[in-house]
Amino acid sequence: MEFIYYFGDVFTPMSFLLLLGGTIGGLILGATPGLSPTMAVALLIPFTFQLEAAQGLILLGAAYTSTVAGGAVSAILLKIPGAPANIATTLDGHTMAKKGEGARALQLSFLASAVGGIFGVLLLIFLTPVLAQWALAFGPSHLFWLAILGVTVIGTLDSASVVKGLLSGCIGLWLATIGFDDIMGAQRFIFHPALGGGINIIAALIGLFAIPQVLTMFAKGRHNTGAEVIEVQRHSIMAAFKELFSRTRALSIGTLTGSIIGLIPGVGGQIAGLVAYDQTKKFSSEKEKFGTGHSEGVIAAESANNAMVGPSLVPLLTLSIPGSPTAAVLLGGLLIHGIFPGSDLFDNHPDVAWTFINSMLIGQVLMCIFGLYVAGLAARVAQVPQSVMAAIVLALSVFGAYSVQGSMGDVYVMACLGIGMFFLERFGFSAAPLVLGLILGPIAEANFIQGGMIADATVGKASYFMTGGLNLFLIAVVLASIAYSVWMELRSRRYTTKEEAQA
Amino acid sequence: MKRLIAGAAMALTGLTGAAMAEEYPERPIMMMVSYGAGGATDFQARIVTMTSGNEDALGMPIAIINKPGAGGRVGWNWFATQADPDGYTLGAYNVPHFIAQSIKGGVEYSTDSFEPIANWGADPAVFVVGADSEFNSMDDVVAYAKENPGKLTVSGAGLFVGHHIAALQIDKAAGTKMAYIPTKGGGAAAMKAVIAGEVMGGINNLSDAFRAKEAGNVKILGVADLERNAFLPDVPTMMEQGLDVDNSSVNFRGVMVPKGTPPEVIEKLAATVPEMFANSRVSKKMEAGGSPMHIMTRDEVIEMWAQRQQTLNELLAGL
Repeated sequence: MEFIYYFGDVFTPMSFLLLLGGTIGGLILGATPGLSPTMAVALLIPFTFQLEAAQGLILLGAAYTSTVAGGAVSAILLKIPGAPANIATTLDGHTMAKKGEGARALQLSFLASAVGGIFGVLLLIFLTPVLAQWALAFGPSHLFWLAILGVTVIGTLDSASVVKGLLSGCIGLWLATIGFDDIMGAQRFIFHPALGGGINIIAALIGLFAIPQVLTMFAKGRHNTGAEVIEVQRHSIMAAFKELFSRTRALSIGTLTGSIIGLIPGVGGQIAGLVAYDQTKKFSSEKEKFGTGHSEGVIAAESANNAMVGPSLVPLLTLSIPGSPTAAVLLGGLLIHGIFPGSDLFDNHPDVAWTFINSMLIGQVLMCIFGLYVAGLAARVAQVPQSVMAAIVLALSVFGAYSVQGSMGDVYVMACLGIGMFFLERFGFSAAPLVLGLILGPIAEANFIQGGMIADATVGKASYFMTGGLNLFLIAVVLASIAYSVWMELRSRRYTTKEEAQA
Repeated sequence: MKRLIAGAAMALTGLTGAAMAEEYPERPIMMMVSYGAGGATDFQARIVTMTSGNEDALGMPIAIINKPGAGGRVGWNWFATQADPDGYTLGAYNVPHFIAQSIKGGVEYSTDSFEPIANWGADPAVFVVGADSEFNSMDDVVAYAKENPGKLTVSGAGLFVGHHIAALQIDKAAGTKMAYIPTKGGGAAAMKAVIAGEVMGGINNLSDAFRAKEAGNVKILGVADLERNAFLPDVPTMMEQGLDVDNSSVNFRGVMVPKGTPPEVIEKLAATVPEMFANSRVSKKMEAGGSPMHIMTRDEVIEMWAQRQQTLNELLAGL
């Protein structure tokens, strides 16, 4: 209960001002395409040089939580996911916005973010020692099976046909091999210097999601702009509250999946949203509504990606190992003040540690209030005429891809992937499985090679990857997931043939 | 087009060379770091350049841009081929990384592509084992490795980085063969593998290992450097433990410019930058972060690069 003792420190004028500034600034940074939470936090580090340790961390903690939530704004309104965490949000969120329900989607996403986020931070407060052991339990073999589990999701994620889902997943896996291989340093498919570092995930996200949309808008031409003025519906905050708590299944699956997966170093943040979305879809009674602007999709994805924030800091705060790129940046923010995460942090600087954690808790609430306030206004973006909108999204896409690492190469990559995806979409392929392949490929590959090297030196590959409780459990889940997909596919096929026969 | 502009710029520099040195720098300077934001190199680069706007330093701020990827290759390739040699584009180097990579090939740079300015830090590689490991000295490690050839798993940040060089040197000195496991995700991932017991030992940066030791997670058995380190006065060097391992694996970090930068600019930078590193605010921040400083002038760095080139040529010849 130590954290309650330090609550007062968050509300000193200076700290609270920083918290407010970090939250609002974080929302704006998060909503800017191309500025991932990691980048946003890195940009703020120099400002903390001048502040005291606790104050600096308040700023960083608030910015971290709110950039993750802010990414939902561009994902919903513009179909540009700000970070891998927001991919799943675009699937239903943007469809809702197109129907004029942008305000509802944004309100639900901020409320779900706050619920998930608060749960995640509470886990961080109460279960840190237990969770630290859990984070360490995942070795190369387990991470490999976890990535394979992700691959089994590819087929069922946002795609009319399992085969097409798997095909686009394969394209993603192939794209992931481009560049210098991270472990051995081998060069693969590098035909242009811009590809040396592989395909940058943020640039790829922008290209795959935003560009096909822009092209479609341009393809419609100017003559029918008047016909498509969307009426933006107002949506009361109370109604959003009621809806959120009537969707307890999506909310709880999202929150739990997010906190569990967020804990695993190196994997968590990127896939938490997608896995939660897929799980919610599997357990939902209204499966067919997913992808058509269904609120459960938004709730699951957003509660998961904010629930991951708290647990993702566990390895950093207890073991001094940054488990995610953002955690690595936060480590820098601590070190600059001479504070070492680990026992030093909690024993010698409890004021810093707990003020930081408390600020994330309060930050979630502030983020939610501010987010709800702007949701109604931001949703009017949908009223902008399509031709103008296309130009704006295109400009933001180029800006976003360039700003990732200040390189035109990423802009070319974005453009090529975007144009390719435009044609793939014509044939019924969708971007989400492709992106999942792009994210999971390197995780599976690196852990297989690394695990294989350890195995060859010790017990051999077969027993390294196939024995041990956690390995067997993960393999069982993989098999169950495949079996479930096959069964669903067979069942839906029987229904369609019946319908076709009747017709 | 680019070449034309470069040519024109060169001609202008020739005309106004002396005047330019007077005025340089007249606008903010950019420094490329070939590792991601939050990594040790990025973190230290931001600290050592924070006083560059002072009147007694360069008088202009230095902005860091990150070009991460492929263990630094992406950034250094860019720096060697596309960065403008006008003194407004600096780069951070990591030795032995870029030298080892250029020897292994597949990249567009070598020591001849860059002009060193000054060195700011030296982070030696250390041998770490988990806090509950049965190994208590390098002797124990070597004895185990001799009894079980190829079975001692040792993690490190990647192939042909300082950690790998240290592992190769230990193997060469002791006549052993350890199983070196390169991890993806740099020193942090390699350290996690040690703490979680996925590998039996690891080679890691002194700064990161020092933090992990403070947190009670690891034991540090030896430092791969010529002298003991101020952060770890109780940990003996490899040489003290009878292993002929010199400082070839020490991760030197410093500032360089692309070949072709006007000599007046290099002179000005070489004179000012070491002073800037010596600023007391910089050293205080660096010490607080557990990052060992080691300031070297341009001439000393040129000599150090040449030495490394030679040692690494020999060490990597057999691989």
